[in-house]
Amino acid sequence: MSTEIEDLRVLKAATRQQAAAHRSRQATLRRSWLIVLQIIMTLVLITFLGPTLWMVSSSLKARTEIFAIPMVWLPENPQWGNYIQALTLLPFAKFAVNTFVIAGLTVVGTVLSCSIVAYSFSRLRWPGRDFFFALLLGTMMLPEVVTLIPMFIEFRTLGWTKPGTVFGVLPLNFLPITVPYWLALSPLYVFLMRQFFKGIPMELEEAALMDGASRLQILFRIILPLSKPVIATVAVFSFLQSYNDFLQPLIYLNGQDNWTLALGLRAMNDVQQTGQWELLFAASTAVLLPVLLIFIFAQRYFVQGIATTGFGGR
Amino acid sequence: MMIANRSKERITWMRAREWIEGYLFAGPFLVGFFAFVAFPMLFSIWLMFQKWDLLGEPVFVGFRNIERALTDELALKALYNSAFYTLFAVPIQLVISFTLALALTQAIKLRSIYRAGFYLPIIIPIVATAVVWQRVFHPDFGILNEVLGIFGVPPQNWLLDPNLAKPAFIFMSFWMIGRQMVIFIAGLGNIPVQLMEASQIDGAGKLRSLFTITIPLMTPLIFYNMVIAIINSFQTFVPSLIMTDGGPQNETLFVVLNIYRNGFQFFNMGYASALAWELFVIVVGFTIAQFYVSNKWVYYEA
Repeated sequence: MSTEIEDLRVLKAATRQQAAAHRSRQATLRRSWLIVLQIIMTLVLITFLGPTLWMVSSSLKARTEIFAIPMVWLPENPQWGNYIQALTLLPFAKFAVNTFVIAGLTVVGTVLSCSIVAYSFSRLRWPGRDFFFALLLGTMMLPEVVTLIPMFIEFRTLGWTKPGTVFGVLPLNFLPITVPYWLALSPLYVFLMRQFFKGIPMELEEAALMDGASRLQILFRIILPLSKPVIATVAVFSFLQSYNDFLQPLIYLNGQDNWTLALGLRAMNDVQQTGQWELLFAASTAVLLPVLLIFIFAQRYFVQGIATTGFGGR
Repeated sequence: MMIANRSKERITWMRAREWIEGYLFAGPFLVGFFAFVAFPMLFSIWLMFQKWDLLGEPVFVGFRNIERALTDELALKALYNSAFYTLFAVPIQLVISFTLALALTQAIKLRSIYRAGFYLPIIIPIVATAVVWQRVFHPDFGILNEVLGIFGVPPQNWLLDPNLAKPAFIFMSFWMIGRQMVIFIAGLGNIPVQLMEASQIDGAGKLRSLFTITIPLMTPLIFYNMVIAIINSFQTFVPSLIMTDGGPQNETLFVVLNIYRNGFQFFNMGYASALAWELFVIVVGFTIAQFYVSNKWVYYEA
């Protein structure tokens, strides 16, 4: 009897030992696999960042280093002067002001109009609401290029493609690329905000209504203060979209005075086809810098936005 | 009785007020939709039947623009280029972004750094991307030939050789898969842990679990990414305008560049509208077709 128990005990211990050995083998295998994976991913990442790193490094090279064979990977003496030269070759300061004015108007218009419309679609009941919401989602499928030409003719008829200013300060040409954003023509952002607003308890709103608050007051005093994350997401995305846009500015912004950074960089590229690469790289790096800063500070809004909507970037 | 009546009146008044407020608050979109979506679309249908250079009066030409859009060699070449680009770029993009997402959901260190790094190319302004990649592909001083040289590949004339220009564009598109990757990462995070554990207990290896559990559960997102990637890649425009201006020998003349040229350089507003509608019909048709085919391979949880 006792020997049987003894046997059983030995057997159990052996199995346990075996299992432990197996586990530790598995763990070692897993650890080494993770190390291999880490190395592979680091190499892939460096490859991925290659063009960007090359751009930054080349922006600081002397011209002789740019065209040296074999290739010089890092500049010997960083030429910070490249940046000053590049950004004064064309009036880039003016382009930057234009870009930020347009982006500012776009962001404010998008956030305001999309939140107002999203409020209507999420918390008010009115006939035809579902139909119009379906229509809104449908416009997401519409390629930009289909309305490109008729919109141009429309804005031309309105006189917005001519030189001139609004209120004496804002170039008339800015209107075609900003006004549509004040009319909630970003279905994705309306959708995003609607989803968020739906999660805010109705009781809050009803109580405010009882107290005699108007819908506008409810939206601005109750809903929006509770919706900071989604507002940040929409603001970041629409800024990026406006800052990176090329086609609309190309079509509407007449005259170098009205250009954005994107158009300035393109003009520089056309002139500099052969010669001053270091200046072109410096200008490209400078144009990248603002979005990079925003990306670093607002990274979680990017990821949030993409994860919940499946869109983002360009 | 009086009280009941009054409260009923009150309710209908409140409801009417909510209706009015609903329309008012949706107003920006309703106005925007009619002014900048519906009207332009109708207007461009009318334009398709006109010959108009914006200077004189529009002249009615019947179906001539449409006929030209369907038979013109250059327009067909542009369509072929866009289709070729999409056909090769999209599947490989999906494989790369899915693989990266799988790797970045493993327990490796500094995952957020990797994710940010792979996402970065998406946020770089498209003009800067085009300017830099034009240099990446440069035959003498470009980084691509330099790196390939390490592996003994002779230097290539990427953007100047008609046989290599489209492959070069396809190669460049692999760089911009950050959005797809983030979507895949989000999806992989939602796969129930119990399911993976169960399959492991049943003795399935990693690879087996990948093909029997992970990929089937991810098909909705694969489908989604595929549809969006196809729509986007049919709309590629800026790189071809800046890097090659459609050349060499129209090998990178994509549909949108062709539309842009006809509209804003040659001022054939009617013909450009016909080309735009052709693209629209193709993209929508393709999307609808994909939804039909998707029943066969996309797995939706009941």
